[in-house]
Amino acid sequence: MSEGRKPTRSGNELNPTPNSGVAIGVTSLHKAYGDLKAVDGISFTVKVGEVFSLLGPNGAGKTTTIEILEGLRQKDQGGVEVLGVDPWTKGYELHKKIGVIPQGFKFFEYPTPREAIKYYAVLFGVKADVEDILRKVLLEDSADVYFTRLSGGQKQKVGLALSLVNDPELLFLDEPTTGLDPQARRAVWDVIRELKKEGRTVLLTTHYLEEAEELADRVAIMHKGKIITSGTPQEIIEAHSSGERLQIHGTERLANYLKEHTKLRVEFDGENLVTVYLQRKEDVLTAIRAIEESGLEWSDLRTKRDSLEDIFVKLVGEPLEALGQGA
Amino acid sequence: MNLKRVLADFDVFSRGYMRSRIGVFFALVFPIILILIFGAIFSGGSSGPINVYVQNQDGSQISSSFVNALNSTSTMRLVPVDNTQNFTKYLLSHSSSDGIVIPAGFGTAFASGKPINVSAYGNPSSTTSAIVSGITHGVINEFNLRRAGGSSVLGVQELNVKSQSFKYIDFLVPGLVGFTVLTSPMFALVNISSQYKRDKIFKQLSLTPLTKSEWLLSKIMFYIVLTIISFFLMTAVGVFAFGAHITLTLWIIPFLVIGPLLFVSLGMLVGTGSKTVESAAVVGNLVTFPMMFLSGTFFPVSTMPAYLQSLAHVLPLFYVIDGLNNVMTYGNYSAALIDLGVLVVLSAIIFGLAVRFFKWRED
Ligand SMILES: Nc1ncnc2c1ncn2[C@@H]1O[C@H](COP(=O)(O)OP(=O)(O)OP(=O)(O)O)[C@@H](O)[C@H]1O
Ligand SMILES: [Mg+2]
Repeated sequence: MSEGRKPTRSGNELNPTPNSGVAIGVTSLHKAYGDLKAVDGISFTVKVGEVFSLLGPNGAGKTTTIEILEGLRQKDQGGVEVLGVDPWTKGYELHKKIGVIPQGFKFFEYPTPREAIKYYAVLFGVKADVEDILRKVLLEDSADVYFTRLSGGQKQKVGLALSLVNDPELLFLDEPTTGLDPQARRAVWDVIRELKKEGRTVLLTTHYLEEAEELADRVAIMHKGKIITSGTPQEIIEAHSSGERLQIHGTERLANYLKEHTKLRVEFDGENLVTVYLQRKEDVLTAIRAIEESGLEWSDLRTKRDSLEDIFVKLVGEPLEALGQGA
Repeated sequence: MNLKRVLADFDVFSRGYMRSRIGVFFALVFPIILILIFGAIFSGGSSGPINVYVQNQDGSQISSSFVNALNSTSTMRLVPVDNTQNFTKYLLSHSSSDGIVIPAGFGTAFASGKPINVSAYGNPSSTTSAIVSGITHGVINEFNLRRAGGSSVLGVQELNVKSQSFKYIDFLVPGLVGFTVLTSPMFALVNISSQYKRDKIFKQLSLTPLTKSEWLLSKIMFYIVLTIISFFLMTAVGVFAFGAHITLTLWIIPFLVIGPLLFVSLGMLVGTGSKTVESAAVVGNLVTFPMMFLSGTFFPVSTMPAYLQSLAHVLPLFYVIDGLNNVMTYGNYSAALIDLGVLVVLSAIIFGLAVRFFKWRED
């Protein structure tokens, strides 16, 4: 039972990782299933203590990437280092230091969450604080219900609970909040924030972009096996945003009036939406004055700025070539 | 190999097993139902006394003592038929072909020595008729002898190979123990391992320090315990309900250990070797069913045609059941040792293959 780590919950007591400062290093990683290039030459680095979010539409290759990093799948080509080791050959050692929630977590039918946590504690040879873990993931009320009788969201929480048992340095959370109610999702966010505070590293995938914006220090957006952009959420928004815009419900005549009487870029969507692009802060006043002068019908005026989700939809909607191949 | 982890897995698995009612039914209730059904169908050797209709048209002292003599064999149960009835019609209306008619004048003929025949009705294609006719002849001979004032000199003493004779139930208990040794681990492991693969539970487990062999060992341990429990239940039912003659010896234990080991491994091999849960079930049935019927579970292999007998000799379950018969029924330990030797080799191969091809993770 010597492999058991003490269940310390304060970050500075965690073992420092060998390869100083880098928790995960990936260089031109490739993985194909037959003809399908699921992961097509991606590179990224996750620093120790960072929350890194891998985003991308269904089938982008996120889970494949994560499973390679966990040592559950073999890569075809490229370099992969997790906590200083090759996850495929040194998986058995690595697994003691990582926590994992697989996508669509499933488990044996009949243990209760409490029993499952105790089982994991024995397997890892640690003394886990079962009650503390149950409380953290909001499972106290259903701690003694058979796994098979838990709701979908409660099952997810068991997955999260089990990923915490071995006091991991690095966590891989593959869609941990899919199927959770808003309150439970926020509880997971709290857990992730706490993990970060304790100095642990988290690799997170999610389809909720606001979640990534909320939690991630850095994100990478994957599409068809490639990383099309990466950076802090702010950097990505700035790099790809079409800037601030004024949107008004009105007619094509209004759009034409604004085009003629201001120097601003104006677009009409063919139905009833007029968009005015704003470069400087005075532009909004110019636009509003012109609208008033026109004397035309208008309603529902608002300014709009891109969220990470807008950028995501825009980038993923464009053909790959237009993105300059993997940022 | 870490025993604490094996025991933790054993604990979780056995609790799960007990909590799922289907598991308990198949492990503990089903074997008992089987032994009750098959025991009831086949116990008692022959199928009870034969009903024989008798019409005594004579009514003399000697004719009634003749009927009594017929009645004293436990093989026939005599049903008297009234003299007013037409005997053949009566037989047909009772769907029977076995009957004896003692004609009027039987008594006077016996006294005077005038030949007279008793009529024995029967159906030549029916085995019961041969028995009825044989017994009637025997009793007639005895009366003839008595009339002549002689006594029997030659007789037959019926003996059996063993001091007590083997009954069907004595083969049924080892056979059905073999049946559970095969079916409980096979069906469970084929199912579990294909499901765990589909649900990525094996991957999940591979992320813990639990090893493949530890996982497999805990399943083997569980099915050994389960097999021993159902062995005692079935033996108790066989002995107390049907009077089975069974020798309880330590020799039984190696078979109850190696059997589950073999079939847990085989189930594992089939379950993880298949792409889907459905195909695993199909392959599992293809492997299990022939073995279930051809290895001497419900009837001794020696009663099967020669080509099926040689087929039985390549089925692992045959050696479990043959071995159990050798130790529980015949007390033939040298033959049992050969069965055990074959099982050790077979299970080493299958266990080796299972560990080799059972993958926690994918490439
Ligand atoms: N075991 C497999 N065999 C064959 N193809 C696979 C396998 N696993 C994944 N794929 C394919 O590889 C591609 C990437 O799958 P992956 O699961 O990595 O996507 P993902 O980004 O996690 O998607 P999602 O957001 O839907 O979870 C998909 O097109 C998928 O169909
Ligand atoms: Mg995925």
